[in-house]
Amino acid sequence: MENIYLLSFGEIGLKGENRPFFERILIKRIKQALAGFEGVDVRKTHGRIYVKAVGSQDAVVERLKKVFGIVAISPAKSCDLDIDSIKEAALSAIREVDYRGKTFKVESRRANKSFPIKSPDISRLVGAHILKNLQGLSVDVHNPDIEVNVEVREKGFVYCRRIPGPGGLPLGCNGKAVLLLSGGIDSPVAGYMVMKRGVEIEPVYFHSFPFTSDRAKEKVVELCRVLSGYSGKMRLHVVNFTGVLKELGEKGPNELLTVLMRRMMVRISQQIAQKIGAKALVTGESIGQVASQTMEALMATNEVAELPVFRPLIGFDKVEIIELAKKIGTYDISIEPYADCCSIFVPEHPKTRPKLSDVHRAEEKFDINEFIRCSLENIEIIEITPRSD
Amino acid sequence: MGEIKEVYLDNSATTKVAKEAVDAMVQALTIDFGNPSSLHRKGIEAERIVSKSREALASFLGVKAREIYFTSGGTESNNLAVKGTAYARKRYGKHLITTAIEHPSVLDVFKRLEEEGFSVTYLGVDYSGHINLEELERALKPDTILVSIMYVNNEVGSIQPIEAAAEIIAKNKNTLFHVDAVQAFGKIPLIPHLKGIHLMSLSAHKIYGPKGVGALYVRDRIKIMPLFNGGGQEAGLRSGTENVPGIAGFSAASELAFKNMAAWQARMRELKERLKDRILAEIPDTVVNGPDNGAPHILNISFLGTRAEVLLHALESHGIYVSTGSACSSHKKGRSHVLAAMGKTAEEIDSALRFSFSPLLSQEDIDYTVEVLTKEVTELRKFIRR
Repeated sequence: MENIYLLSFGEIGLKGENRPFFERILIKRIKQALAGFEGVDVRKTHGRIYVKAVGSQDAVVERLKKVFGIVAISPAKSCDLDIDSIKEAALSAIREVDYRGKTFKVESRRANKSFPIKSPDISRLVGAHILKNLQGLSVDVHNPDIEVNVEVREKGFVYCRRIPGPGGLPLGCNGKAVLLLSGGIDSPVAGYMVMKRGVEIEPVYFHSFPFTSDRAKEKVVELCRVLSGYSGKMRLHVVNFTGVLKELGEKGPNELLTVLMRRMMVRISQQIAQKIGAKALVTGESIGQVASQTMEALMATNEVAELPVFRPLIGFDKVEIIELAKKIGTYDISIEPYADCCSIFVPEHPKTRPKLSDVHRAEEKFDINEFIRCSLENIEIIEITPRSD
Repeated sequence: MGEIKEVYLDNSATTKVAKEAVDAMVQALTIDFGNPSSLHRKGIEAERIVSKSREALASFLGVKAREIYFTSGGTESNNLAVKGTAYARKRYGKHLITTAIEHPSVLDVFKRLEEEGFSVTYLGVDYSGHINLEELERALKPDTILVSIMYVNNEVGSIQPIEAAAEIIAKNKNTLFHVDAVQAFGKIPLIPHLKGIHLMSLSAHKIYGPKGVGALYVRDRIKIMPLFNGGGQEAGLRSGTENVPGIAGFSAASELAFKNMAAWQARMRELKERLKDRILAEIPDTVVNGPDNGAPHILNISFLGTRAEVLLHALESHGIYVSTGSACSSHKKGRSHVLAAMGKTAEEIDSALRFSFSPLLSQEDIDYTVEVLTKEVTELRKFIRR
């Protein structure tokens, strides 16, 4: 008998002729996620992936829960194809869950018809064996607390847990995008959502020392480390934005400052995207959340974008975003109180409905290309690796 | 990295440990490393370090050695003094008095006690950060069991009238007087023999000693309740193996501070006055927060039209380290409760920097700071306030 993990992947099963492509990437991602574990073996058969890894079950499951494309993870026992081995495997599988006082049923599937016992009989025999050997369990075939699954294939497999994975598509099957990352709650969540659709991301952070402290930068690095838990190594682009910010702050109309800033950020991010071969930008904007995210402000920001700008949070309420941030593990970092430049430069009364003509007139004063050139010359690239916990 | 001049003007946050303190600590860490509670010679050697340090500290304060209890620092001393007194004396009453400008390690303890059913009077302060003695006198009631007033305020350097307060409090026989002297000890002369004071909190790392060690003075025969129970160290008031290296460093640092007090005080006063005068003369729209002649080591100035945290980081990029009375965030809760209690405006609070001095600084350091400040304040004012 051996401990293994049965993984099911939903959506990529639907991809027709591209299916091998998706599966190959998924298997690569699983291997990456399990780097550091001994005896890793990842195999695919009949719409399932079988994973072997030596080490703590919780630790393996934690890693697998961060691999996009996996719909469910079932820690399972694999055993020889004879009924006694299957019975023992079932017993050891159910011992791993909190079974006392619970109800159960056995559900068997005999894909391998050379096995002489039929599914209903397997269920009956295994069920009886469990009842005989474990105290405090009773049978309920309609609404059981625990479903003991027996699968008869080239070997026997028994599992009684189905731990939800993140779903989505394996990372890298949908190209690359640049994420505009601030230290706030929203942008890391936006990054996560796009990553979940198989898109690799490279975040860009606009650092404006002394208007933003180095602690704010540290915070962004920490956020990236959390995100990199879902992707493996990640490259963070830190743009020195101070010069641009000062010019805009000094000479631009105060009430348009946020819009002007965001337009510069989009332009610079776009240049970075071009350099690294990314095909889209990702932002954490949500309609109407703040003055810079009204429809008019979004339009003004969007006007300078030549690449598609993905805004996966566009229809989310703040509470929904917070809930997701907590789930992903970025929330506690995001709420650390180091101001980002937006909160310092927020004008007393920002224009909630900036007119494009006003924005254009305001920008005439500046040498936009020079801004972009300076910013691109001052980029620090930080290689982010996931936390080893 | 190029050579960048460093000017450390944040000595009220913490100080660089003096060599004498480091030497004493190394000795206690590597040679006399025993546990003072052990019965053998190693224990006795360590015990001797602790008792010598206790005697040294007591002699600087003019009190008895057995009145000094070592703790993990100012925060623990304040917690122990305030909670320990409140719990031990609640049969005499449940009224407490403190000021609105205390350090959070005092203020938060009082807030907690309020939740537990004690009633607390918070004394206000005037525009320069001093309490009003008449207000104190009026606040005292027969059931007042504790008054806690800081000696020197950590943000603006105002020195409270501790001696006069002690005389007023002495009229109430059930009232104990606690003084948080973390910013005063080793910096300015304290009341001889701590007359009229029942409890006083001290910390090592503000006076060129190590972090993680401090003391509480508790006058003879006064019983307060311990926070920790255990091995009964420090006469049962503070269980836990003594931090012998910390205590050795604390004692060595205290010795330096008391030996050099007059000279250091004069030197810091001179540097402070120079910085203050030059800033006020050379940078427009600046306001001093606090008294004209407060503690020699603390200067608080608002640079109107700037945001303190941004200015702090701008100074940092020139190797100058200071602190702010408020965080950069626009949230009100980040604002200094001390400056607010003094009646300062939001703009003054948001633009206030604290410079805190040490005798290690030179006149050139001060001049360099003025030069950088002048440049950065002008630069930042261009676009922060229009």
